[in-house]
Amino acid sequence: MADAKTIEAHGDDSTRRDFIFIAAGSVAAVGVGATVWPFIDQMNPAADTRALSTTEVDLSAVELGQQIKVMWQGKPVFVRHRTGEEISAAQRDDFANLKDPQSDADRLLQEDGQPGRPEWMILQASCTHLGCVPTFVDGSQYGGWFCPCHGSDYDTSGRIRRGPAPRNLDVAPYLFTGPTAIRIG
Amino acid sequence: MSGPSTYEPKSGFTRWLDKRLPIIRLGYDSFVAYPTPRNLNYWWTFGAMLSMCLVVQIVTGVVLAMHYVPHIDMAFASVQRLERDVPYGWLIQNIHAVGASMFFLAVYIHMFRGLYYGSYKAPRELLWILGCVIYVLMVATGFLGYTLPWGQMSFWGATVITNLLGALPIVGESIKNWLSGGFSIDQPTINRFFSLHYLLPFVIAGVVALHVWALHEAGQGNPTGVDVRKASDIPAGEPGDTVPFTPHATMKDLFAAVLFVILFATFVFFMPDALGHADNFIPANPLQTPPEIVPEWYLLPFYAILRAIDFNIGPIDSKLGGVLAMFAAIGVLFVLPWLDTSRIRSMRYRPIARQFFLIFVVVCVILGWCGGQNPGKILVPATFSATLEWVEGGTVTQSPVRAEGEAQWAQAAADAQASQSGAAMTAVTRTSATEGTLRAINGGAVQTRTVTGGTVDELEAAVTEAKAAVGQAAPFFNVTRNTPFTFTVTTLSQIATFYYFFFFLVLLPLLGLRETPGRVPDTIAKPVTKQAQGAA
Amino acid sequence: MLRALTLAAALTVASVGAAFAAGDAEHPHDHAFSFDSPVGSYDMGAVQRGYQVYQQVCSTCHAMDHLAYRHLGERNGPFALYMVRNHETGEVEPHVGAPAHGGSFVDVTENQYVRAIAAGVTINAVDPNTGQLTDRPGRISDRFRRPFPNEIAARASNGGAYPVDLSVITSARHGGADYIYALLTGYTGQSRGTLYENPYFPGHYIAMPPPLTEGAVAYSDGSPTTVEQYAADVTHFLQWAADPHMEQRKRTGIVVLAFLLVLAGLMYLSYKHVWRNESH
Repeated sequence: MADAKTIEAHGDDSTRRDFIFIAAGSVAAVGVGATVWPFIDQMNPAADTRALSTTEVDLSAVELGQQIKVMWQGKPVFVRHRTGEEISAAQRDDFANLKDPQSDADRLLQEDGQPGRPEWMILQASCTHLGCVPTFVDGSQYGGWFCPCHGSDYDTSGRIRRGPAPRNLDVAPYLFTGPTAIRIG
Repeated sequence: MSGPSTYEPKSGFTRWLDKRLPIIRLGYDSFVAYPTPRNLNYWWTFGAMLSMCLVVQIVTGVVLAMHYVPHIDMAFASVQRLERDVPYGWLIQNIHAVGASMFFLAVYIHMFRGLYYGSYKAPRELLWILGCVIYVLMVATGFLGYTLPWGQMSFWGATVITNLLGALPIVGESIKNWLSGGFSIDQPTINRFFSLHYLLPFVIAGVVALHVWALHEAGQGNPTGVDVRKASDIPAGEPGDTVPFTPHATMKDLFAAVLFVILFATFVFFMPDALGHADNFIPANPLQTPPEIVPEWYLLPFYAILRAIDFNIGPIDSKLGGVLAMFAAIGVLFVLPWLDTSRIRSMRYRPIARQFFLIFVVVCVILGWCGGQNPGKILVPATFSATLEWVEGGTVTQSPVRAEGEAQWAQAAADAQASQSGAAMTAVTRTSATEGTLRAINGGAVQTRTVTGGTVDELEAAVTEAKAAVGQAAPFFNVTRNTPFTFTVTTLSQIATFYYFFFFLVLLPLLGLRETPGRVPDTIAKPVTKQAQGAA
Repeated sequence: MLRALTLAAALTVASVGAAFAAGDAEHPHDHAFSFDSPVGSYDMGAVQRGYQVYQQVCSTCHAMDHLAYRHLGERNGPFALYMVRNHETGEVEPHVGAPAHGGSFVDVTENQYVRAIAAGVTINAVDPNTGQLTDRPGRISDRFRRPFPNEIAARASNGGAYPVDLSVITSARHGGADYIYALLTGYTGQSRGTLYENPYFPGHYIAMPPPLTEGAVAYSDGSPTTVEQYAADVTHFLQWAADPHMEQRKRTGIVVLAFLLVLAGLMYLSYKHVWRNESH
């Protein structure tokens, strides 16, 4: 080591030192940042979970006036085979006083924008209030679904008519893959 | 801490905080102003790397625990899913697995550094013992963690190690069953091993805090082993013996840590399985033991010591003897501060001890190598020989041999052969526990031939060949086999194990009293100034 | 004399032990694979053909429990699908395998090739309507079809031998891919009962009959249909199956090491600057 004083005397030494420190610090910061990402990303849904994000449903076994609940992404989905009465009730109420106005035809649209079939209603089975599963019972004044938790009442198109729920039941993204088969998701 | 605190809070908030929770003061005194000997070399950077390793293992381990399933039917598959499907799971799993090896690599360097520079001597005995406690906890954690992937090595490693405890007299079996929660390694074992594997690193972190506390109380040692002088003892105009920890030690530690991470990353990205064992990619199978069971590389020296004891020592059978020797090999480290009688800390100034220390390092490496080898492997070529004896010509007579009981057979056979004292050659063939046939040849010429081989197999082949060559010329053969002393891996382990204990229990106590040390500088600055002058 | 006999007996026992050791497998030769070097990558054509060999030959006995059909079409898979613009026609066309440049990855759920591969396999599963076990076409999320429902059934059908799971076989054997290739091509043609001589197998006799015969699998890409080619392809596939993230791992590793070398240089300069006025 040479004498410290002579080095100090160099005017540009402090600039050079600062540059090295800043460069080292910035590069290290980039490294830390890049290292953190895998540790965050690992908590996202894994590849096997993502691959289960579609569900195929065979409609041939669902009788007229019946509905089945299928699981999609770990959540229940209603697949309802609507009767002519239910369909006409739903279409009649398109112009009723709705909290969340939407026509029945709009609610039947498939994932790719093609019109659906009026007899098949595909809805996410969680109440838009706090997530309970509504039931299709006579308790509904509108002939549709009724949520037992806080009394939200949905019509045969799954539109909210009465109660605390803010929105209509969400339509699950679905596609007809055959005459009696749909794919959800 | 050494000396009064020099921290002065600058802002209003830090002044407010300092009166209530002086945490910044603690950090400042411990890791900024803390006086560090200026002559530390790179061997002193491994403490920082070990802290880094602990943090890396805890962080990656917590992540792995989010995906791992401690169930005998699902553990293996959950690790596979983690590596295949979880985003960056392959990376994090590799870091954790390689990290264990890196952790042990660093801890061994750290320990050898402590040994060489006498870091265990007063006033740092407790600091050393706390380090030994950390090491034992690391071994336990490593063992528990290796069980979790539930491969063949996991399962059989756990079986073998828990059986070690079964070697203890009287209580062994109960302890073994208590530990595994059943009569074999099974579901209860994997569940509790997972729980403990998660717990122990935090215990390690706690002991590390004590270790660092003890370090900061005694102050760091240094390569000369000479105590640093107090600031008041330094003559005016001379630089002190110490520099502030930050930035001096911090920067050096960071630089060394980056080099260490380069090695780490090379393994993680280019040979993640090089330090593991292929058999651990086979799911655990309690019905079939792999052809060879070896622990992870960092436990091989102790495994060699365990296997070196293949003889009974008085009432202690070889199994218990091996277990005791293995635990003693770690236990002896705890009493090291009182075994080494030398007043000189650093082996720099102990010319004889330094030679023995270097041999000790080599011996540890040899033990590690032995631990990974087949114990019966012959290391020094040996010559197995056998002498065939047969008679050409002569007449053969046969007579039955009978003994009173099985115990008397040997005597009866010997008596029968002795009775044919005039015969050229006799042989007894045993046909049952108490019966046999005596054959004797009278007349004829006795022939001999000696054959040799490098192994037992080669010798037997040579014997068979010789018999075939002689063929019908002889009615029967007498074969005297000469087994030479063979120098095997076990022999080498025994010598190395002997030296391991000899070093601690005999050399260090005696050398300290007998050795004439070299000239120790008065201050750490002495060699420093000399070096500086030489460089100028 | 007696001592000689006792010794002989002892040596016989020892030599039996040694005879087992003498059955040590022959060391596999180094076969050149594209993934060997630290920067090596998979030859996805070979992995595709290897999957075909596995599917048509190996899978009749060997399971691969840790793989699902979707793995074939993920970014690192042999049937990964990309949409690439054709420079001449301007049309966007599907392209199997990562294109040299450009192209957008098609999520495996939309990958028609992988869907077709999965649909071509019959999976035994619970019927959602009846609750009974039934056969249905495979889906991409299904694990590779198991040839036997469990180990007992597998042993019963294979004369007591258990065809091992091949998911991580190249990691689970000393010698890795070289061993698998040597084993598949190393049959001598001799057999002893239901055991077949193969010098690369520990003990030299293996219960698996020679699985590959010339022309057994028809390749559509014109590759030779020889035992050696089949063995190399299926080994390539098995290596991919055991280590599907290898390419990403090596790529990341090179970036990380380059980064660390730069960082080490800067750290060294910083360290020297901090200590420039201190003797040590």
